[in-house]
Amino acid sequence: MKVVILGCGRVGATLATQLDKAGHHVAVIDNNHDAFQRLEPTFRGEKVMGNGVEHQVLKRAGIETADAFAAVTNGDNRNIMASQIAKEIFQVKKVVCRIYDPLRQNTYDEIGLETICPTVVGADMLFQALSIK
Amino acid sequence: MYIIIGGGGDVGYYLTSNLLSHGHEVLLLEKNSARQQALSEELGQAVLRGDACEARTLEEAGAQRADVIIAVTGEDEDNLVICQVAKQRFHVARTIARLNNPKNEVLFQKLGIDVSISPTKSILSLIESELPGPHFVNIMTLKKAGLEIVQLSVPSVSPVIGKHLNQINLPRRCTLALIIRGDETIFPSGETPVMANDEVYALLTRESEEELRRTFGAA
Repeated sequence: MKVVILGCGRVGATLATQLDKAGHHVAVIDNNHDAFQRLEPTFRGEKVMGNGVEHQVLKRAGIETADAFAAVTNGDNRNIMASQIAKEIFQVKKVVCRIYDPLRQNTYDEIGLETICPTVVGADMLFQALSIK
Repeated sequence: MYIIIGGGGDVGYYLTSNLLSHGHEVLLLEKNSARQQALSEELGQAVLRGDACEARTLEEAGAQRADVIIAVTGEDEDNLVICQVAKQRFHVARTIARLNNPKNEVLFQKLGIDVSISPTKSILSLIESELPGPHFVNIMTLKKAGLEIVQLSVPSVSPVIGKHLNQINLPRRCTLALIIRGDETIFPSGETPVMANDEVYALLTRESEEELRRTFGAA
């Protein structure tokens, strides 16, 4: 599977590494060159520096032939916009978007975007952990 | 009309001020507290502190009764989200977004933003039309009518030089509204001849542009 990941933060880098090890073709985009240092030296995928809402940058990362796209920058709005570009303009089949704001996640769920909200997931897990006697 | 504006930069400020003077009810949303305070000094109650992309803020702003929401922050992604949340959650009838990167126009349209305005594109068109030499520039799009206003300059090698307008095969759905020749402003009739370096203003459909370009031999 060919995957484009936007954002090489902790989650982006971890995800990229996992996918790479599982044998997928990975391209990671980040507008900060230092971010790529989070990737292991054995990473075989592509590192693309640039702004993930720019069509040219996405193309350089191979979005036109990508099977999947994940947006995990630290900005909800950037993730939202990039995901919609991937879905609507480049017709990527599988698009997943991280949104920290639960209300915003709710709205985009309704719109039909596949979203993951770490805020809600994290709070739930902590709630469970605190409930254990 | 009740209008909500997201983004208290210069555009937001002048827009609010203008709309208020036209008698509309306006609320400007600005997330930065220092900036919001400065704006409140000028605009009083018409400013609310909050992030316009947050549903909470839009709720507080009474988005459910807003007629229009205008997103004019400096970031396209923020403007996109403001409009989408306003429409999806609050069913605001009309969403208008400022678009800094003209390349995002198709995306915004696909995602249901009613109107997107790109200052970059508008300025580019105006500058291009001021440049010397042959050119064919889209000055403005009349979205409702599906028409474009274009300005073309007649190159010296144009095949229609010396011909009268009624001798030229113009595309269907195209009107030549105006010819500027040096200092002269001409409202053309069928008898008007075309000359080299004429600045011709045409009103036409997008589909007819290519044909007009070819007919005039324009760039």
